[in-house]
Amino acid sequence: MNHWLTAPILLPLLGGILQIFLSFAPLGLRRTLGLATTTLILVVSISLLLLADDGTYRVYALGNWAPPFGIVLVLDRLSALMLFMTALLALFCHIYSTRGTDAQGRHFHALFLFQLMGLNIAFLTGDLFNLFVAFEVLLIASYGLLMHGGGTARTVPGLHYVVLNLIGSSLFLISVGLLYSVVGTLNMADLAVKVPQVAPEDLPLVQAAGMMLLVVFALKAALLPLCFWLPKAYANATAPVAALFAVMTKVGIYAILRVYSLIFGDQAGPLANLGMDWLFPLALITLAFGVIGALGADGLRKLVAWQVIISVGTLLAAISLHSEASTSAALFYLLNTTWVVGGLFLVTDLIARQRGSASDRIVTAPRMRSRTLLSVLFLIGATAAAGLPPLSGFFAKVLILESVKPSAEMGWLWSVILVGGFLSVVAYSRAGSIVFWRNVEGHVKDPGHLTLPVTVSAGALISLSLVIVALAGPISRYADATAEQLHTPSAYIEILQTPVVSRGDSL
Amino acid sequence: MEILFALIIGTLTASGVYLILRARTFPVVLGLTMLSYAVNLFLFSTGRLVTAGQPIIGSTENYTDPLPQALVLTAIVIGFAMTAFVVVLALRSRADTGDDHVDGQKEALWPEPGADKAPEETR
Repeated sequence: MNHWLTAPILLPLLGGILQIFLSFAPLGLRRTLGLATTTLILVVSISLLLLADDGTYRVYALGNWAPPFGIVLVLDRLSALMLFMTALLALFCHIYSTRGTDAQGRHFHALFLFQLMGLNIAFLTGDLFNLFVAFEVLLIASYGLLMHGGGTARTVPGLHYVVLNLIGSSLFLISVGLLYSVVGTLNMADLAVKVPQVAPEDLPLVQAAGMMLLVVFALKAALLPLCFWLPKAYANATAPVAALFAVMTKVGIYAILRVYSLIFGDQAGPLANLGMDWLFPLALITLAFGVIGALGADGLRKLVAWQVIISVGTLLAAISLHSEASTSAALFYLLNTTWVVGGLFLVTDLIARQRGSASDRIVTAPRMRSRTLLSVLFLIGATAAAGLPPLSGFFAKVLILESVKPSAEMGWLWSVILVGGFLSVVAYSRAGSIVFWRNVEGHVKDPGHLTLPVTVSAGALISLSLVIVALAGPISRYADATAEQLHTPSAYIEILQTPVVSRGDSL
Repeated sequence: MEILFALIIGTLTASGVYLILRARTFPVVLGLTMLSYAVNLFLFSTGRLVTAGQPIIGSTENYTDPLPQALVLTAIVIGFAMTAFVVVLALRSRADTGDDHVDGQKEALWPEPGADKAPEETR
């Protein structure tokens, strides 16, 4: 029992409650407290990352109920990596929001912290129903954040997002109920033990439950038939929210990675690798669809929103190959794409502020005040996102391409990723050359000044792609170890033997 | 009892799905509510239907599974909050777009210049 496991959940919870009580306090105080909470979360997740790197599973049994009867929090390499990735992204988004986004509504900081709490629960939980609760927590916070700032442009996509996710929640509950009625447990480790032993006449029920779970996670991850809500919702959200939401689709991907390697992994008998044969073609079609959308985008925000879909397709294609090498490559790509896309959303907002009424649309406009800095940031971000050397996106894509064994799948994956990469370069260069180079006479009334915190947070997220290149060795070692851990679920199952602390034991 | 229970869940789900596919926000909200009722009943039945049983072992001869009851309680609370939220959101959408179409029809049919642009944030 390691009590630090609860810290990534308790910190944003307490910070968020504090924010609600202080909602009429001066903005400066709320900002300081909010940023302090996010910084603390980052510190805690870094220490958890170092803790998890020894490869053992750490378990926290809530209320001291032994698994599988109580809810457990489980920390392994994957959850630590997701916690760290989210915390770092969140800190920069939070700093960026002090530009004025947080002044538009009284509860921005509280919603932001509750969103982090939901994400952290989802990454740490070892119980399927608790994962549902985590999804609801992060969703209800995200509904508020998505519509933060108001306006018709946000209400309609917001309504679509809410209705879709409510239907998704119903499906989640149905599949959880189906699983429970057959297997009689919802603890993930216990499910991994009991799913392979399901009686043959009950197999179709478990199969239906597993496929429905895949639909739910695919909706969160924005896989093709379920991704039409994303571009409009993300393009209309405020910049720090859109940047934070770069991690929202990754929650679905995390859930797929966790559930389908642990419960329906290679060892699951007749249900082994359930749904993966569907996932691969759908992921490639998603990738192609995202590229087409990026080519047709009329605004920079839309372009970046389509990039989210492209990265979902790439990630899920790699994950559905279900080998250690491809999982490791996917994790490397995950870090790169989350941070860079988040950074691109922030840079796009900086660009839009300096272009007056042209905003983020890809049209000619008067010259921007800080054109050099912004164009360099956009260039780095676009290069990393499209996967050109020498930045991290290139290495991530090379790792993905290398991980697939020669087969028909290899042909499809190589051609779609390479052609898609080329076409997204076309999309970015078209957008960049029009926005930065084709200037018209005139000046913009009241162009936004770049303040230090804003520029630093946007620039830092983008330049994380340089850091990933510099630290490629340690990061890929960690990703390899994580993939190895994910593909040996027998070790995860041992958490069921966790001894519960009795009254006399020291904690 | 099982057949009656299954028929009720089936009817609720079918009506819910039908209503969700309507184009106005009010039927969609009703449909979501019906779907969540169906899901709650379904969750309740995952512990098998037992009459005259208590959820405590040893108190009666046949006992019923307490876990689905806890799950369904959680699901009801969450579903209730979400329904309240989606009702407010539907009203907001009606007020903003002047139409209760799920796509905010007026704007979709006659787009005004700049109508798809987010309002400027205060600095």
